[in-house]
Amino acid sequence: MAMLDRTARSLLLAEIIAGLWLTLKYFFKPKVTLNYPYEKGLISPRFRGEHALRRYPNGEERCIACKLCEAICPAQAITIEAEPRTDGSRRTTRYDIDMTKCIYCGFCQEACPVDAIVEGPNFEFATETREELMYDKEKLLTNGDRWESELAAAISADAPYR
Amino acid sequence: MVEFWWSYAWPTLWIVIQILFIVVPLLIVVAYLTYAERKVIGLMQLRMGPNVVGPFGLLQPFADALKLMTKELIIPTGANRVVFLLAPMLTFILAMVGWAVIPVAEGWVLSDINVGILYLFAISSLGVYGIIMAGWASNSKYPFLGALRSAAQMVSYEVSIGFVIITVLLAVGSLNLTDIVLAQKDVWFFIPLLPMFIVFVVSALAETNRAPFDLPEAEAELVTGYNVEYSAMAFALFFLGEYANMVLMSGMTVILFLGGWLPPLDIAIFNWVPGIIWFALKVSAILFVFLWVRATLPRYRYDQLMRLGWKVFLPASLLWVVVTAGAIVVFDWYPGVVN
Repeated sequence: MAMLDRTARSLLLAEIIAGLWLTLKYFFKPKVTLNYPYEKGLISPRFRGEHALRRYPNGEERCIACKLCEAICPAQAITIEAEPRTDGSRRTTRYDIDMTKCIYCGFCQEACPVDAIVEGPNFEFATETREELMYDKEKLLTNGDRWESELAAAISADAPYR
Repeated sequence: MVEFWWSYAWPTLWIVIQILFIVVPLLIVVAYLTYAERKVIGLMQLRMGPNVVGPFGLLQPFADALKLMTKELIIPTGANRVVFLLAPMLTFILAMVGWAVIPVAEGWVLSDINVGILYLFAISSLGVYGIIMAGWASNSKYPFLGALRSAAQMVSYEVSIGFVIITVLLAVGSLNLTDIVLAQKDVWFFIPLLPMFIVFVVSALAETNRAPFDLPEAEAELVTGYNVEYSAMAFALFFLGEYANMVLMSGMTVILFLGGWLPPLDIAIFNWVPGIIWFALKVSAILFVFLWVRATLPRYRYDQLMRLGWKVFLPASLLWVVVTAGAIVVFDWYPGVVN
């Protein structure tokens, strides 16, 4: 009897028709595609994207050249040089990140005592040349100015969990 | 001079015009078949398919064509240049010439020959040469293996296609495609010959190397098989040829089993619609099934493919030939001797 059943099923293409019916149902289902450049997925406040150097509200740069980020960076992508400024405060003269070395682990922002270096929500910074990915201090500060509202919002959103 | 014009030049020109009227729409259909394939399979996988170039991505085929035409044609050093370039042309030409005998509506056929179905059978069998030549001339392992598989597969399934065609011929009593369609005036052959219809559609999938029988191009093992070494327009010709073959096999299915250009019911509203529309609709339906099957079924293993061809389809179609012939003799259903 089982054999008869099996034979009938295979002769009537039962399983193939069941499969075809399933794909036909999916044909009419709403699609899950995100229409990427026009629609984007949600990003967590902890998202680790492009780096930025932040400033205090009065415009003073936060970074105090403690070099903790340079020390912890597992990829050794960060290079910092520093000397005292005329007003006596300690500031960087050079802050470079080699974005082609960076592994986006986020250790730099964890190490930073003053929330100066952060990884922002921006992930669309592809460039046409390799040289453009050698970020210097000026580029990082510009990033910080450009993304400040998002960066501040992300940090305050994540604050209760730290 | 006048005589030369009317007896020689004008008929030639007229045939060329007719050929253009067949080939140009056919190429557009083939271009949009690639679009339809990506769209249908995309929709079935909950994706959107091409939707960027033009409204709903409708200009995608033209973008693809432009890309392929501007690309560089690479001929491998070890390749046999002549055969290497001849293979895609052969595939493409063979896929086109089949349409010479396909009646798309009553009387709309380039050459209404009496052995139309034999001609079609011969043309579709010749298609394997393009693939074999490509596989051999590429002088490379994957194309060679793909070509070998393809040849074995097409030869195996042609046998059962042959028997299916014989069954239809028994029921019609003519090898002329127009007669075959007109014989289905009362009932389309897929109803009395349902098993043969299924065998034919499945064999058509195998004959055109479509999923689930796309072993010749099995991406996973052969990285697309016989056309690995091809690029630019040579590749495009293979692609066009393959899809034109799909359209041709769908056309054959429609003519043999789905009543060609005949409307589903012989009533006024349906009869107002021109035959070519019915033909196009039926061909589209079969093509949709081709794409649908590709989105549904996984690829057969090679031994399963051979088993299905030789141990299932061949005996089944042979049996049905005998049954049909027997029924015709016993019940005296000789197809009205076509005058």
